[in-house]
Amino acid sequence: MKRKKLIGSIVRYALYAAVAAFFIWAISNSYFDYIFSQSETFLVLLRQHVVLVLVSSLLAILIAVPAGILITRPKFKKAEWIFSNIANLGQTIPSLAVLALMISVLGIGFRTAVFALFIYSILPIFRNTVAGIDSIDKNMIDAAKGMGMKPHQILFRIELPNSAYSILAGIRTAVVLNIGTAALAYVVGAGGLGVWIFTGINLFDNGFLISGAIPVTLLAILADYILRKVEYIVVPKGSRRIEKA
Amino acid sequence: MEKWARFLEVNSSRILELTIDHAILVSLAIFVALLIGIPLGIYLTTNQYLADTVLQIASITLTIPSIALFGVMIPIFSLINQGIGFVPAFVALVLYSQLPIIRNTYTGIKNVNPEMRDAAIGMGMKTRQRLLRVEIPNALPVIMAGVRTAVVMNIGIAVIAAYIGAGGLGVLITQGISRNDNYLIISGSIAVAILAIIADAILLLIQKRFTKKAIAE
Amino acid sequence: MISFNHVTKSFGEKITAIDDVDFTVEEGKIVVLLGPSGCGKTTLLRMVNQLESITKGEIVINGENSKDLDPIELRRKIGYVIQSNGLFPNMTIEENVMLVPDLLGWNKKKKRERFEYLMKLIGLDPKDYGKRYPHELSGGQQQRIGVVRALAADPPVMLMDEPFGALDPIIRDKIQEEFLQIQREVKKTILFVSHDIDEAIKMADKIVLLRDGKIMQFDTPSEMLAHPKNEFVSQFFGKDRAIKSLSLHTVENLREVIGLGPVDESIQDTKTIHIHQDLRNTLSMLLNQEADQVIVKDEQDENIGTITIDLVQKYLHFEIKGKMSASQEG
Repeated sequence: MKRKKLIGSIVRYALYAAVAAFFIWAISNSYFDYIFSQSETFLVLLRQHVVLVLVSSLLAILIAVPAGILITRPKFKKAEWIFSNIANLGQTIPSLAVLALMISVLGIGFRTAVFALFIYSILPIFRNTVAGIDSIDKNMIDAAKGMGMKPHQILFRIELPNSAYSILAGIRTAVVLNIGTAALAYVVGAGGLGVWIFTGINLFDNGFLISGAIPVTLLAILADYILRKVEYIVVPKGSRRIEKA
Repeated sequence: MEKWARFLEVNSSRILELTIDHAILVSLAIFVALLIGIPLGIYLTTNQYLADTVLQIASITLTIPSIALFGVMIPIFSLINQGIGFVPAFVALVLYSQLPIIRNTYTGIKNVNPEMRDAAIGMGMKTRQRLLRVEIPNALPVIMAGVRTAVVMNIGIAVIAAYIGAGGLGVLITQGISRNDNYLIISGSIAVAILAIIADAILLLIQKRFTKKAIAE
Repeated sequence: MISFNHVTKSFGEKITAIDDVDFTVEEGKIVVLLGPSGCGKTTLLRMVNQLESITKGEIVINGENSKDLDPIELRRKIGYVIQSNGLFPNMTIEENVMLVPDLLGWNKKKKRERFEYLMKLIGLDPKDYGKRYPHELSGGQQQRIGVVRALAADPPVMLMDEPFGALDPIIRDKIQEEFLQIQREVKKTILFVSHDIDEAIKMADKIVLLRDGKIMQFDTPSEMLAHPKNEFVSQFFGKDRAIKSLSLHTVENLREVIGLGPVDESIQDTKTIHIHQDLRNTLSMLLNQEADQVIVKDEQDENIGTITIDLVQKYLHFEIKGKMSASQEG
């Protein structure tokens, strides 16, 4: 047992060391300098990035969750597989292509990027909403009906609380993905931290690369962390499932 | 329609070439990822401490946006003069594949019916025999599901790799963007989507074939 | 009271799930719907609270035709218990139990009092269990909660669909006893679905034996065991139906008919049994412990005699088999 624990600790600390070494190396080569020397530009790019993600994600939640609820109602049950397959198919289309194709429809700019990100975020949220509601034990719904609950009471008191985990996980997946896709918004001229990453690639400038890539990475990790906390708070205690990774 | 016909006449051989490049990049990455991920996933079932650490690392890795990972890798690989091109793309794809492969191998084997495991032990099977004859065959559907996730994800991520000179179908899309040519963008995306669907279907077929065999034995 | 008046349910022209079913559940009684799987017993139960539609005929609940009632209102007045207990994992035990009162708009104090009363009925501490979640309870406790949840708004009628089917035999037995005890106090009109013959005999005032949606026999358990109406009924209850019927008789019945044996003080280590225990349990106790005798105790916990396998056999022969053969000849 002790040896196993030791191996686990070694791996963990080796990783910490590697991350620390990376940062020391990057700092000693002044790869982070742009963040401070061009802090105004950095903040503008960061704000653009965050706004892109927030607006598109919120829109996607507003559309995808109700759509997922609607499609799982008995009336539309038959159409469910069509939409689920469309959602599956949609996820094989590269995010870069969605962005690129929006240029020909909406031209270049912020709106285009928001719309593309919005479209791309709908899929995981929709899929998880449907999967969450579908996974609820039929007997539970039967019991609710038999107790005289009205359809809206069943939805709000039984179905949504018990699929909250899955819905929120879908939202988290979408937001984290969205932060990465927003880094591609550069190609449609919508700014964001991707601007520095692409500048770095084009100019072979490690400073721009690192100053763009590390904040995007931290943003994604932070969003993931915060949304996991939100899940923990929002999901009812009794229907919390222990799911790791 | 006519325009499409003319476009394909000129470009079809190039599209095919890039598709093959794309498939090779992803296949190599998945192959290496399997070589690392499956033994690691199996080992993790015997070491809970390490499992927690590794799954956490893999899960954080997956949240790193692909373009940002490339952005970090270019400076690092520049140290060995491989900053641009195949190497960083390949390494990134291997890293991204680790979470679905390790996690599914780990949970697949962990979730094998404990009674079945007991029976195997009771029959006097050695650890290795138990693993190869009982645990892996029964965990195969879960492991394969992880591989499929990794493959479909990698086909999408490899598109971005075109920006760091790794070739593949992303080239069509990036060129389409810079030349403002929708034909290139659309044909590139459709090729990517078809590649993903075909790869998924083939893996599903393999999974079914092997599962049946496992049960028949 | 629930009356089924020539109730039929069919799908299209060809398939008839329920075929002209006609019987009544009297006020305060338990009627068990019994039969092999696919005989339509669950469908019939679910027609009462309109989870299934009625093709022909009518179901009258306490004088009102169910068709004239709003399904939501109707369901709130009917307690409903299902096999997998159907507790909602997102709600605490108290929220689960008080859901229908909540839907009916009861005030806090009334709900609180009712919850405490109900939890005491099943012997669980309301303070301790109220805040817990279903997954923190054992299967047996969950099922008990499922039962009291159905009782929450004090509905006159209860529908129970194999409520104890998922429990292991020992706990099932205990909860059945407990439920009968509660029923003696609350006196609900109950329709109960079961596929377990022993459970049906134990719980039922009357049994409806169904096959392919038709009633094979509607009778009290003892009548059904003693006078099966047709080949299907007698086969369904099996060759050992005489032994099964032992569970309808208690040690006290035996004492009244043939009397108990004397207490032999020289035999050590004998088990004791209560006078109200049924004879089937007594017999299995005698067989299991391979003892010659079991001491019978009365309500005051006094030894009043012993019972032996011989005595049970004698009783079986005179009281049960005798009546069975008499009826078959007649």
